[in-house]
Amino acid sequence: MGPLSSRARLFVSAVVLAAAPLPVIAAWQGHAGLRLRDLIALSLLFVVTDSIGTRGSRDLATIALGSVTAMAALPLVGGWGAILLACTCAFDYDPQPAIKRLFNTSQMVLAAGGSALAYSLLGGREIEVGSFPGLLVPFVAALMAHCVINGLLVASIVSIHQGVPLRIVFQGTMSGSVAGYFGYGLFGLMLAVLWAKPGADVGPAAALLVLLPLFVARWAYEQYAEQQRAYDRTVRTLIAAVETKDLYTRGHSERVSVASVLIAREIGMREDRVDSLRYAGMLHDIGKLGVPTRVLQKTGRLSPEEFATVQLHPMRGLEMVREIEFLDEAFAGIMHHHERLDGMGYPMGLQGDEIPEFARVIAVADAFDSMTTTRSYRGARSVENALVELRRCAGSQFEPHMVEALIAAVEVQGWETETTPLFPTLDQVAPDPMPVGARYYDHDDPTEYVAGRNAS
Amino acid sequence: MSPLVRRLDDAGSTGLLVITAAAGMLAVTSVAVTASHGGFVNPGTALAFGCFIALGEVVRITLPGGRDAAPIALAGSLAYALLAHVNRDDVEHDALQVVAVVTLAMLVGVLPHIVARRAPSVDALARRLLVVGFVAAAFRGTGLDERTQGLPGAGIAIVMICIVAASLGVDALLAAAARLADGAPFLAVLRNEARALIGIGSAIGSTGALIALAATIMGMWALPVFVIPLLLTQFAFRRFSAIRATSLQTIRALSRVTELGGYTETGHSRRVSDLAVAVGRELGMSDAELLDLEYAALMHDIGQLSLAEPIPGGATVVAAPNEQRRIASLGAEVIRQTGVLDDVATMVEQQAEPYRRAHDTDHIDIPLGSRIIKAVNAYDDLVGESPEVSRRLEALERLRLGMAYEYDPRVVDSLAKTIGRSARF
Repeated sequence: MGPLSSRARLFVSAVVLAAAPLPVIAAWQGHAGLRLRDLIALSLLFVVTDSIGTRGSRDLATIALGSVTAMAALPLVGGWGAILLACTCAFDYDPQPAIKRLFNTSQMVLAAGGSALAYSLLGGREIEVGSFPGLLVPFVAALMAHCVINGLLVASIVSIHQGVPLRIVFQGTMSGSVAGYFGYGLFGLMLAVLWAKPGADVGPAAALLVLLPLFVARWAYEQYAEQQRAYDRTVRTLIAAVETKDLYTRGHSERVSVASVLIAREIGMREDRVDSLRYAGMLHDIGKLGVPTRVLQKTGRLSPEEFATVQLHPMRGLEMVREIEFLDEAFAGIMHHHERLDGMGYPMGLQGDEIPEFARVIAVADAFDSMTTTRSYRGARSVENALVELRRCAGSQFEPHMVEALIAAVEVQGWETETTPLFPTLDQVAPDPMPVGARYYDHDDPTEYVAGRNAS
Repeated sequence: MSPLVRRLDDAGSTGLLVITAAAGMLAVTSVAVTASHGGFVNPGTALAFGCFIALGEVVRITLPGGRDAAPIALAGSLAYALLAHVNRDDVEHDALQVVAVVTLAMLVGVLPHIVARRAPSVDALARRLLVVGFVAAAFRGTGLDERTQGLPGAGIAIVMICIVAASLGVDALLAAAARLADGAPFLAVLRNEARALIGIGSAIGSTGALIALAATIMGMWALPVFVIPLLLTQFAFRRFSAIRATSLQTIRALSRVTELGGYTETGHSRRVSDLAVAVGRELGMSDAELLDLEYAALMHDIGQLSLAEPIPGGATVVAAPNEQRRIASLGAEVIRQTGVLDDVATMVEQQAEPYRRAHDTDHIDIPLGSRIIKAVNAYDDLVGESPEVSRRLEALERLRLGMAYEYDPRVVDSLAKTIGRSARF
């Protein structure tokens, strides 16, 4: 995060002020019999788990593990104890600016307060033989309260800081973390049950047994997230490498993927479909490898036969990636990204709604990037100019509401036209440079397309 | 199917046979003895755990490397083996009853898979049963359960952790014995299995121990409550497995760009990678190394994309050594750009290096993976898709001629063995 705006600072101050009285009251209640030994042991555990838990990116893997201890505290040391425990969040081993530390601690205190309230209102108490299943209801309620308060406060600060609507940020944080919260919260219950086991008091040694599966769970999510990142990077790099064959499309696939995601988000596509679309955008031109370089680099009009080979490239692409199972819907996107609403496109000449949604998105993104990048035979159009052109072709070639979605998204988030090529050094070994004044047939440019069509 | 997930269809896996037979005998004995002793002690508890284990068998998963696992079922079985009290009441089933309950539950849990025409993986079932048998015997059969009762809390926790660790060891040994069919050295297989098991295995084992301990207070509620975290872990492993598979499929697909572009022969990179992995396994490489080797072999020709004109037939073996080296380093450069496949890039980079240069007495720092790719690539360039035996032998002969200088003798030997053993290559 960059420096906080004054509004964000105001919000942080409000949260800190709201949280501050709670620990004071809790400490004052202390003489009513806080179990000090348990509280100290839990605090140590809290700092250790939370410090491990806050590293890395934001996803299931990194929900603060401290919530495990925070939840265990409710049946073990009571609501006031849980609030005091949340204060130890301030001692996390995590290099962070003071204001962030203050905010995090305050929101943990508020979340602990909310969950303590929910727990006691629903009849939560200490654990003894016969407490179950009765104790499950207050515990799960407390867990949900913790999750929602925590999520709301974090989403608010992000929303204020980045100017994105609260609803969207909140949904984003919640969708990824509710399941993890629930799971980690139940680890807290395990800890509490073993810790307090009446008769044979396992005590803090219970932490040993509970931490083992907890760390495995975390490790598994880390592995998964890491593999996902590795996959992403690998695909992007390999696509970029393939693109070195074609000087004029460098970075094209990557940008089409980015623009497709912009459109998809704007029209409210489901997140898992957006993921698939991202790869579809990246892979949409992979079949061009099967088009002879001679044709791709031909100067002047294409003969009908040559044009036919170009028209085959979406099918070639599909053939290549067909065995990648998870792409699923992306296949249709790759196959049909050159169809037109009026049925004049290729390879199948589909019309209107017959064209799969992914393909309609990619078609817009594809044309947009093609027009806004420099080609050897012409300069790049300005973004505004390209959007005007897209609007002109909306209805005949492109789905109008997708064109509008792109325009809206570009207005808010801007657009970076040229990205730095990944493989600058490969220039020396690439095929012959373009002769001056010569021109390629650009199969992505909507204005070019008509020219090519006329020739056939 | 990938060589990494290939089932052990080749005959000669005696380890697998012994394990299955032992598990079968144990299963039959336990059910027979339990029945002759007048049925189940604490039948309610037995039924609850049995249902739970059966459900766990239904939702089994496949881990990376094609390993079947049923974390929920195994955790439930271990919990039943380690159970001392339910709501403070003693439970007094013996070790054989544990095995009998698990056996019956497994049979029920396998039914839905059979109905859905998914093959029940017999070796995985057998292993689970033997591991549970081991834990039940160690805990209930030796009086350890009685002695643990008197221990302080920390003592109980330590005993449980030791039992979990021991069960992991047994599981890894059994898994290694069952897989011992590809001619790989036993220790290498054992190391692979232990690595694959340690994470999920310790989560399973400790969840089992936790359920057993918590049942004193929570009764049967310990089962559903404590299994949810394990479900999440299982979910993470499944996602990991899936993205692993996707990566492999993607790299396989993208490795075909050289074929589509006319640079290499159809199926070349795929054949090289299948054969390279088989050779690597025979030479005792670990799973992680094998995966890198598979990636490297799939992408070993990717540097050719930078060539202006394809080499005739794509056979790098006929290209000049300097040209081969240039292709290798161009390919490595591409792969290195991913930032996550450095070992793969190194393998690709060194694939054109001769095993030993003249005047260079000990030039062994070329990665094993590169040496394998070099030999296998040359073999495939010479043989191609041809099924003729004479051509294979001729190609091997040619590799042997270059042995000790061009190719690593160990790799060529292993290649010959692999080709001789399986009709696939």
